[in-house]
Amino acid sequence: MVIKMIATAAFYLFSIILLLSALRVITASNAVHSVLFLILAFFNAAGLFVLLGAEFVAMILVIVYVGAVAVLFLFVVMMLDVDFQSLRQNAKSYIGGGLVFGGVMLLELITLYFAWADVQPTLVAEAAVVSDITNTEQIGQVLYTDYVYAFQLAGLILLVAMIGAIVLTHRRRADVRRQKVADQVYVKREDVLEIKEVKTGQGIS
Amino acid sequence: MASNEFLLEYLPVLIFIFIAAGLSLVMFIASLIVGKKNPDPEKLSAYECGFEAFADAHNKFDVRYYLVAILFIIFDLEIAFLFPWAISLGDIGLFGFWSMMVFLGVLTVGFIYEWNKGALDWE
Repeated sequence: MVIKMIATAAFYLFSIILLLSALRVITASNAVHSVLFLILAFFNAAGLFVLLGAEFVAMILVIVYVGAVAVLFLFVVMMLDVDFQSLRQNAKSYIGGGLVFGGVMLLELITLYFAWADVQPTLVAEAAVVSDITNTEQIGQVLYTDYVYAFQLAGLILLVAMIGAIVLTHRRRADVRRQKVADQVYVKREDVLEIKEVKTGQGIS
Repeated sequence: MASNEFLLEYLPVLIFIFIAAGLSLVMFIASLIVGKKNPDPEKLSAYECGFEAFADAHNKFDVRYYLVAILFIIFDLEIAFLFPWAISLGDIGLFGFWSMMVFLGVLTVGFIYEWNKGALDWE
């Protein structure tokens, strides 16, 4: 009973901080602050996942989103050097499109809210299959066998992301000399060394 | 919500969060109350051999950092897929094993590509 109360309190705490930090992401005037609030939002979402019992997803959220994606966002914010002040000035021209997108999303949420009463019993019944194996193990038992195509697709998407990032950002620099280990290893003595007999008092011409 | 036993395992984490938040709040507020406040514009200005800032603090930096970060994320995700696989390897049998081997093979192709392209060299 006490545990349920603490869990409920934790749920409200995480949700409130999540919503407030998400609000700050879009209202903060400094883009770096927005990214930091986004990290806070990710952390609280991870907390919510833990409360749902999805601990693997929660930990992945912390490792991948907080550890990697947020750093990437910081890089983008610092690299692009976007003048956010001037972006904000003509923000009013986007208000129509923003309202349309926001309205569609709100409509979907309202639909979901009314459909929830029908859906909830089946969802709860599915989620309530209590087993003594951990969440991570449950994922492992289906991800690599039952969902093998989705899994391989994830691998291919990662490959495409890797190649895409290299193609887009990597370039050879003409002004920097790279170390070529193979060339260094295969160099012959004759190529770099010359022995000359020098007579006393004559020097080399 | 998850079962009580599961949530109980995470109770220390919650307590730790509260201790961390409380401790940092105490330090923050204590310095606000105890610390002497004597604001003066001269304290914020450049002094002696200091000079006024030339430009904004966030200057642009090289796109190479971004490449390193994105390659890190990709291999980070690869490791994330390895965890459930390692735990449940006994149950998913040979098919699950080779499923992961193909996945790793695909990413190894990418790894060889980036190595050959020199994306791992800093130059």
